[in-house]
Amino acid sequence: MEHAVEATLTVNGTEVRRRIEPRQHLVDFLREELGLTGSHLGCEHGVCGACTVRVNGEIVRGCLMLAVQADGCKVDTIEGLSDSGELAKLQLAFHKRNALQCGFCTPAMLLAARDLQLRNPRASREEIREHLSGNYCRCTGYQSIVDAIEEVLHGQG
Amino acid sequence: MKAAPFAYAKPRALAEALDLAARPDAKILAGGQSLIPSLNMRLSSPALLVDINALGELKGISLERGVVRIGALATHAEIEKSQIIQEHLPLFAAAVRHIAHPAIRNRGTIGGSLALADPAAEYPACVLAMEGVIFARSSAGQRQIRASDFFKGLFETDLKPGELLAAVEITAQLKDERSAFLELARRQGDYATVGLAAFATNGTKRLAYFGAADRPVLAQNAAKAKDLDSAKAALAKDLQPPADLYHSSATKLHLAQVLLERAWNTL
Repeated sequence: MEHAVEATLTVNGTEVRRRIEPRQHLVDFLREELGLTGSHLGCEHGVCGACTVRVNGEIVRGCLMLAVQADGCKVDTIEGLSDSGELAKLQLAFHKRNALQCGFCTPAMLLAARDLQLRNPRASREEIREHLSGNYCRCTGYQSIVDAIEEVLHGQG
Repeated sequence: MKAAPFAYAKPRALAEALDLAARPDAKILAGGQSLIPSLNMRLSSPALLVDINALGELKGISLERGVVRIGALATHAEIEKSQIIQEHLPLFAAAVRHIAHPAIRNRGTIGGSLALADPAAEYPACVLAMEGVIFARSSAGQRQIRASDFFKGLFETDLKPGELLAAVEITAQLKDERSAFLELARRQGDYATVGLAAFATNGTKRLAYFGAADRPVLAQNAAKAKDLDSAKAALAKDLQPPADLYHSSATKLHLAQVLLERAWNTL
């Protein structure tokens, strides 16, 4: 831990203070130091989107942000957003519409979908696809994911 | 993969950041959306990362006397939402929607994009098309570099060791000026197969292509042509695009001509 830096983060509403190696990115920190394994690590270079978390209210690639950079930030993960009920409608719609199979991409998909719901609640199918363009799913072919999000956005959820 | 170990500093003052950045093996960390992948893949292993995100003077978008100044730390998302950009730099407003995906646009910065100089990136071509000026700071002072002198080659710029890209200034687009931004990519948000940032003022066109060479390039012969057909023919003299995994050089040239055709009547 020769380069470790002290940092304080608020993760899912709880303040955590740790000495962090600068080279550790945010998702490794969440998974390995805090045991929050709902944020997944796929490609680890910003392509697959499976590591999406929310930092100060904005979705980011958790593998493309160093944990030390989150010092002083409010970090929300699938665990916190799921427990708070914020994602409940989306989760139900994903379940109903079979919008997941293996589930690896799902936490990040839900965060991206929720981000769209907050920013553009009347998004069209095309805009939903555009907003999810940075999140890979290898099971569903996306159709059912777009269906589920559309159902929630258009108020049938 | 995991990044190799490095030290981390987050200076609160520009002078301190410039001192740290001048150290051998130091790298500047802005949005990190290209640097952190290259660290994770160990394509890059600096001894020290200098995080410039606390430097307020590198932030913000402002309009003064007809010139838009974009601070190096302005994120793609901030540029996307900026009223100033929408009203005065429609070329940039159109370009930003092609940059990666929302989660990346929330962190990636214009300064990072210009300093990295990826030949398929959007902003370098926009800055070249609109003859922007890049401001570089170092402990020796400030230097202004014209866009046409800034991009030197593949991931290569005129920035010297110890220099930090602080801002870019672009003259606001006037009512009688025209611009067009077009990009072809295999998927929304991917790097361009080929793209065109075009600007027309006083009957002069500036056609900046990206994804078509080792840096953004102005198609000067095509820009001088009187009509579309001769412009398309002239484009073959301006561009010799390198082939990529999916497209031959001839295909890329053809696609560049398609973009020219789409842009022509709006310029």
